[in-house]
Amino acid sequence: MELLLVLGLPLAGTFVLALIGARRYAAEVNAGVSFVTLVAASALVVRIIRNGPLLVWHDQFFVDPFNVFLVALTAFVGFTTAIFSRPYMRIEERHGRVNARRLRLYHSMYQLFMFAMLLALLTNNMGLLWVAMEAATLSTVLLVSLYRTKASLEAAWKYFILCGVGIALALFGTILLYFAAERTLGQQGMTALLWTHLNSVKGELEPRVLGLAFVFLLVGYGTKVGLAPLHNWLPDAHAEGPAPVSAVLSGLLLNVALYAVIRCKALAVGSIGPAMPSHMLMTFGLLSAVLGAFFLWRQRDIKRLFAYSSIEHMGIITFAFGLGGPVANFAALLHMTVHSLTKSSIFFTAGHASQTAGTQQMDGIRGLVGISPAIGWGLMLGSLAILGMPPFGVFTSEFLILTTAMREHPWTTPVLLIALGVAFAGIFMKVQPMAFGESDAPRLPHSPALVPAFVHLAMVLVLGLYIPPALAHWYRAAARLIG
Amino acid sequence: MLSLHLSQLDVQLLKLLAAAMLLLSFAMLSARRTQQLITLFAWQGAVLFLSTVLVAHEAGLPELYFSAALTLILKVITLPLILHLLIRRLGAQWDNEQLVNIPVTMLAGLVLVIFAFGLAQPISLLATTVTRHIIGIALAVILLSFLMMITRRKAVTQVIGFLAMENGLFFAATSATYGMPMVIELGIALDLLVAVFILGIFFFQIREQFDSLDLHHLESLREE
Repeated sequence: MELLLVLGLPLAGTFVLALIGARRYAAEVNAGVSFVTLVAASALVVRIIRNGPLLVWHDQFFVDPFNVFLVALTAFVGFTTAIFSRPYMRIEERHGRVNARRLRLYHSMYQLFMFAMLLALLTNNMGLLWVAMEAATLSTVLLVSLYRTKASLEAAWKYFILCGVGIALALFGTILLYFAAERTLGQQGMTALLWTHLNSVKGELEPRVLGLAFVFLLVGYGTKVGLAPLHNWLPDAHAEGPAPVSAVLSGLLLNVALYAVIRCKALAVGSIGPAMPSHMLMTFGLLSAVLGAFFLWRQRDIKRLFAYSSIEHMGIITFAFGLGGPVANFAALLHMTVHSLTKSSIFFTAGHASQTAGTQQMDGIRGLVGISPAIGWGLMLGSLAILGMPPFGVFTSEFLILTTAMREHPWTTPVLLIALGVAFAGIFMKVQPMAFGESDAPRLPHSPALVPAFVHLAMVLVLGLYIPPALAHWYRAAARLIG
Repeated sequence: MLSLHLSQLDVQLLKLLAAAMLLLSFAMLSARRTQQLITLFAWQGAVLFLSTVLVAHEAGLPELYFSAALTLILKVITLPLILHLLIRRLGAQWDNEQLVNIPVTMLAGLVLVIFAFGLAQPISLLATTVTRHIIGIALAVILLSFLMMITRRKAVTQVIGFLAMENGLFFAATSATYGMPMVIELGIALDLLVAVFILGIFFFQIREQFDSLDLHHLESLREE
């Protein structure tokens, strides 16, 4: 029942908003639908915690602690972003960057995007997972090109072509998976692609085929995670879309793509042993972390800066999943949560910062604390949080990842530390003048609506100081499942 | 198992169709005109349709007929029609394309085919389907379409490359496993159709902004 609501509400929202999206109250409807989805997702969480994993509708949908945690996170960030986008998009409309027709497209596609992500998370069918990932790409292509500027069209084109090719490779991987499954499960039709069925026979799947399938799936879904060297679409798409879209792309879509990779990894490990998949994840992860950190330095656009930071952090999370084991998985899940919350909060404030300054170029953004304390401090605190300063939650997860890496693969620790250090210096140097620099711009008459940004930061702070036992228990259960 | 029912003639026919598929991929790689490319794409879809029907008939799998019908409707009729209408509205049907270099592209294509066969070797040995030798060809078609996307600079041709890649994937699915489950194929087909619609809108937006469909203009976003 909850499952039906979680999936049905955003889908219904898509159609409703496609009809009424141009009206004045569409933004409120958008936030309302997201809120009800969040309530349904919370009910689902309660049910999973009480009754354990859930398999419904001819085993087509599967909910366990791992994906229900991501469902809750997705619904929550989806809701806060909808709240944030209400005043933000109104200002954009006043600036003449969007008109009512594009707002209708925006609201409708926003809900479709949420639906596609939730479907990708909840489905038990690896083929349906692929279809949902592709649908998520298609809906966000339209969101990225919302402003119809030359740069945004180019970004959307690049996003579509690169992710289209990536996801085509993932489809080939899925076909190979089906091929291996059919040999073992021996039946035609729907059941051979169900993750739970595959998981129960993973030891018998043909290792050679599964190895090849995993490579294709990792490269395919890895393109969507933004793993280097397949990350080229990510900075453009993040920089050129509206700020709420950057927030959900970075905070949610990357997580969902990584979720797909981890599900595939679990199958591959069962068939070909842990060595090959782990090493591949660790290599891709380290490469992304280092490349992301070094590319940060060369950025002039505020949203591109944080897009590269997302590449760095997704690299760290992928690396942690590659390490495996309960501690590293726990840390990776925690990092997924805090990165998602912090990064979306940063994109909220960065959006307002560039809106007030009238430019996304960092040279043009100065003295935010003087112009509007909420924006300035929000950006500064968000940056400190994402850089892993204690007492924020990012510090906890990075600390856990580093100590596990030190124990399991000592040689990776210096590489990780260099990436973290370089990213720290790069972001801090660029954010500091934006927040505290000299500016002759007048103080804003009233501060912008940044409540969601501060709510996110407060949650990250709480996660850094104290993880509630229920949450910790839940993370541990999910970490055990991933193996 | 099922392979026992297949007559030698049908296997020969399937191999012939697979060869035609590969040949069409090479033809697309070297085609200059956009309209020519769309025609070749439609032919590729037709070959895919015929081979799916043949497999469905011989293996006695009724689901595969649906899959074949889907291919016929979507890839032989609808998509080429949409693309034709699009380029006519854009006035781009006689566009010539400055290719990188046809002989070099062809040689690269040959290398890719050999690579694909090498990669598919272990899989085809395991396959129980009659069509197992075709897996290498399917992979080659995917890689050749990929090459086409890389070497072309026009928006329309890149999209045709993308669609041809999807053809290769369906071909791989039929030859390795007698097709994916129906729901998945429907989902993929839906995604594909939506993708083409979105790209159609995109063409107009790109042309409005840049006065051309040449992707040379789309190169301002790069790392400085």
